[in-house]
Amino acid sequence: MRDALQNTCEHRCAKIDNLTVKLGGNVILDNVNLHVDCGEVIGIVGPNGAGKTTLLRTLLGEIPYHGSIAFRISGSLTKKPKIGYVPQKLQFDLSSPISVADLVAAAINSKPIWAGVSKELLEKAESVLSLFSAEHLLKRRIGELSGGELQRVLLAIAMTPEPELLLLDEPASGVDVKGLFLFYQIVDDLRKKHHIAVILVTHDLAGVSCYVNRLILLNRSVIAEGAPQDVLSDEKLVKAFGPSLWNISCLPDSISKEADNGNH
Amino acid sequence: MAIIDVWHRMMDLLPFSWAHYVFMKNALLAVLLVTPCFGLLGTMVVNNRMAFFTDVLGHSALTGIAIGVLLGFYDPTLPMVVLAIFLAIGINLLKDRTKASADTVLGVLFAFIVALGIVILSRQGGFVKYTSYLIGDILAVSPQQVTWFFAIAIVVLLYWYLVGNSLILTSVNPSLARSRRINTFFVETSFTILLALVVVISIRLVGILIINSFLVLPAAASRNFARNMHSYSLGAVIISILSGITGLIISYYWGTASGATIVLFAAGCYAISILPGRWLTK
Ligand SMILES: Nc1ncnc2c1ncn2[C@@H]1O[C@H](COP(=O)(O)OP(=O)(O)OP(=O)(O)O)[C@@H](O)[C@H]1O
Ligand SMILES: [Mg+2]
Repeated sequence: MRDALQNTCEHRCAKIDNLTVKLGGNVILDNVNLHVDCGEVIGIVGPNGAGKTTLLRTLLGEIPYHGSIAFRISGSLTKKPKIGYVPQKLQFDLSSPISVADLVAAAINSKPIWAGVSKELLEKAESVLSLFSAEHLLKRRIGELSGGELQRVLLAIAMTPEPELLLLDEPASGVDVKGLFLFYQIVDDLRKKHHIAVILVTHDLAGVSCYVNRLILLNRSVIAEGAPQDVLSDEKLVKAFGPSLWNISCLPDSISKEADNGNH
Repeated sequence: MAIIDVWHRMMDLLPFSWAHYVFMKNALLAVLLVTPCFGLLGTMVVNNRMAFFTDVLGHSALTGIAIGVLLGFYDPTLPMVVLAIFLAIGINLLKDRTKASADTVLGVLFAFIVALGIVILSRQGGFVKYTSYLIGDILAVSPQQVTWFFAIAIVVLLYWYLVGNSLILTSVNPSLARSRRINTFFVETSFTILLALVVVISIRLVGILIINSFLVLPAAASRNFARNMHSYSLGAVIISILSGITGLIISYYWGTASGATIVLFAAGCYAISILPGRWLTK
């Protein structure tokens, strides 16, 4: 299937070569090479502290690095692709009177929201949220949302406007089965219809093995790379994560299989 | 200034004795210009937990005055503004570089900056001359200063209009903001510079000791009612303006320091805001 994808998109979407990142004197990422094709969902797994979040933040341009990162969007090189990003955690003041509508509106438009959110904008925010069936959260304060509810809101924001590259840092953590199913369905849709590249950091090995095209095991550098089944049966990964890996079963309605039969 | 003349005539129409004094006219105008700014800025100061930071900025005025005295400035406003802006940028840069927690860094800086100011100003026992800066004097505001506050109010409104959304996103999560192409360094730095400017220029009005409550109290009171950023901002501005007007007029009748009287009123609003909802709705 990967070959089929490469045929439709002539170019790699993101090309990371010899990436080395040092933080506070420690080498966090060591000579990472990663090529992401358009329309490809890449899963990144690895133990805590492996540098997964650091890798995404480096791609966002937040962290100085050695090596090269290049993006190519619909054929032309660009420094700053449109990135949708879901951070691993938000560390805001939980008592902040910021409503979900405020957060969405502040993210998708430039009219100042402190002066009031217009009815029109409110409807727009609602339709953005409906992407992840979260429209009922519109009037709630972000500090009082449950973990999964907040995650849905962040995912909806990351998808609007449609990004060229989607960076997701454990977006599935805390999302219930139904939400998870919706999430993978949408990611799959983005990939198939719009050739968006998705980099998905997760500890949800069951989901990842069913829905991603390629799995990367990261621990400071790329330890293993390949089809999910191959990487997950790799003994290095088993060493890193423990034997629980062996009991993975896919959700009943596997979308990625259907995607494999698609005509890209 | 034509606008100030018009304002004075309008005030003459009011049937109150205090409204006919020139110093009260100027003071009220200054309060009406400055309090909404403090209300708005305060909302993000409280959201970002910057209350201690702005307190350090306020107290740096003391050192600013001291430096002004050393360099022979007649009006210490310029050295105060320059020092506060330097400090604001410095703290912003330091924040990410040191491992110590923010309040430790600020605590150390606070002690240093205040001590330095006092040491310089108290040479030959001369500190008494500067106590007026500690409590401020709204009634002494000059028409020229009022025009300054006009400028400040316009800058704050414009800034809030253009950068407000970015400021909110950055406060929720800087990485999220950056992914949406917001220059978070610019947002954070410009906000701290604006704070430094507003705090220091208003220091004559309310004084070093209590200027921070002007920022923090209205927002702190408002957020106890607010459900979103709109009601939060609106509440903070209304509480700020109301406290300003009421405090000023009460201080006229009581013969007390206006700044402190205003703060007392704002503190009263805060006290009401933390009463349980069922007491208020009954
Ligand atoms: N600003 C920083 N300064 C110094 N070290 C850092 C910094 N940020 C992260 N690190 C270190 O880099 C390493 C990788 O962190 P990172 O957050 O990328 O891990 P991760 O793979 O996302 O882990 P997790 O699964 O827990 O989310 C950690 O050991 C962390 O302590
Ligand atoms: Mg992480």
